[in-house]
Amino acid sequence: MIIVSDLDHHFKDEIAKEPGGEHITRCFSCGTCTAGCPVREVTDRYNPRKIIRMALLGMRKAVLSSDFIWLCSACHTCYERCPQDVRITDLMTAIKNIAVRDGYTPPPFVLQVSLLKEHGRLYEIGEFENQKRIDLGLPGIQENPEEIRRILLSAGIEEIIKSST
Amino acid sequence: MTYAFFLGCTVPVRSLNYELSARKVARAVGIGMVDIDGFECCGYPIRHLDQMTALLLAAKNLSLAEEHGYDICTLCSACAGTLADANRKLRENAGLRHDINEKLSETTGRVYRGTLEVKHFARVLFQDVGLEEIRRHLNTDLSSLRLAAHYGCHYLKPSHIYDSIEDPETPHTLDDLIEVTGAASIAFEGRDRCCGGGVLAMDETVALAMAREKLDRVVQAGGEALVLICPFCDIMYESNQRKIEKAFNTRFGLPVIYLTQLLGLAMGMIPDELGFRLNRVKAKDLLAKVTHDEST
Repeated sequence: MIIVSDLDHHFKDEIAKEPGGEHITRCFSCGTCTAGCPVREVTDRYNPRKIIRMALLGMRKAVLSSDFIWLCSACHTCYERCPQDVRITDLMTAIKNIAVRDGYTPPPFVLQVSLLKEHGRLYEIGEFENQKRIDLGLPGIQENPEEIRRILLSAGIEEIIKSST
Repeated sequence: MTYAFFLGCTVPVRSLNYELSARKVARAVGIGMVDIDGFECCGYPIRHLDQMTALLLAAKNLSLAEEHGYDICTLCSACAGTLADANRKLRENAGLRHDINEKLSETTGRVYRGTLEVKHFARVLFQDVGLEEIRRHLNTDLSSLRLAAHYGCHYLKPSHIYDSIEDPETPHTLDDLIEVTGAASIAFEGRDRCCGGGVLAMDETVALAMAREKLDRVVQAGGEALVLICPFCDIMYESNQRKIEKAFNTRFGLPVIYLTQLLGLAMGMIPDELGFRLNRVKAKDLLAKVTHDEST
């Protein structure tokens, strides 16, 4: 049930100000996105039309605290097909960015940040990995995460991501 | 033609067969690949958390390539999409470019100038080398093979970052690169579907279900192997194939090979030098057809 007094009708403006969310109010709920979505094909937990409708209605907490906004696989099928150029993939990213700042960062991403800080990549290239490379005749790679560390620090990524419940 | 070879996170650790075969094919057709010290993650994983930071990571790599003076060539489709998108955004938006350059200069001492291009290796092969030139290097008959092309998502979409040179609804470049070898690129249902890699970290079950759809359809259509151009698609279709078989109580046994491995075979290279030992689903029958050698 939707309690109208709980709705935040500024939510769509908040999203529109976020990079990628600018076109949210163009959506007229045609459902082309949902019809072509490969994630939707295997689960009904993910429904882009529904998410956008919820956002436009102002169901801020329900959307930001949900796990379904994280199920977009960024395939861009909806992006290409949307008749209103809502740019849904970017919109999902914008909503996720707001969710993260509100304190909803899923644990896998917290882990990915620490991997990048430590190795500069999501996977370590240590002695073992380099030996495999050299055995195949590939050049060795020296990990050099200093720049990435500085970038992540200057962006305040630790402050941006807080543990989710 | 020389490019800055951008490997990203996954290729140099988990797709050595792709990297090996790509380097071999590049050398054979006269493409120079320069390894740049300091190339790191393209920034794709960070965009869910904060897009400005992700853009900064992309700009870090772009500015490094600019410093060396080479266009970027990537093996991973997500890297291609991320870097090409960042390149376009920064070029077109002066205000954004200014803000990013401020932070970039602080943290790396470099600035982004927008002087280079980003291309996926398959795009380089198709556009810059061309089918005619590739054909000149082929010497092995692969016409007995029926292969399924998996374009994946980021190689084609969003199409505007690639100047709309290929229609994502009716793509052809990967089919052409397969068929130049004489092999057939078969039609099958759901060709455009995503591998599910983008949600693997969040929900493995959903991701595996997505990958399963394609494996099912390819096997039903009689494909002998899936042909890929992205390492994360490989993680879904090959590394996770056994897991998918167990989870859905089904059997595929479908070999998954990289385009560059296929081209290498067509050029007369032996499976071993193309990293076929690292392919997890053994392509024994397929290779036997090509090399006429049962023992590979």
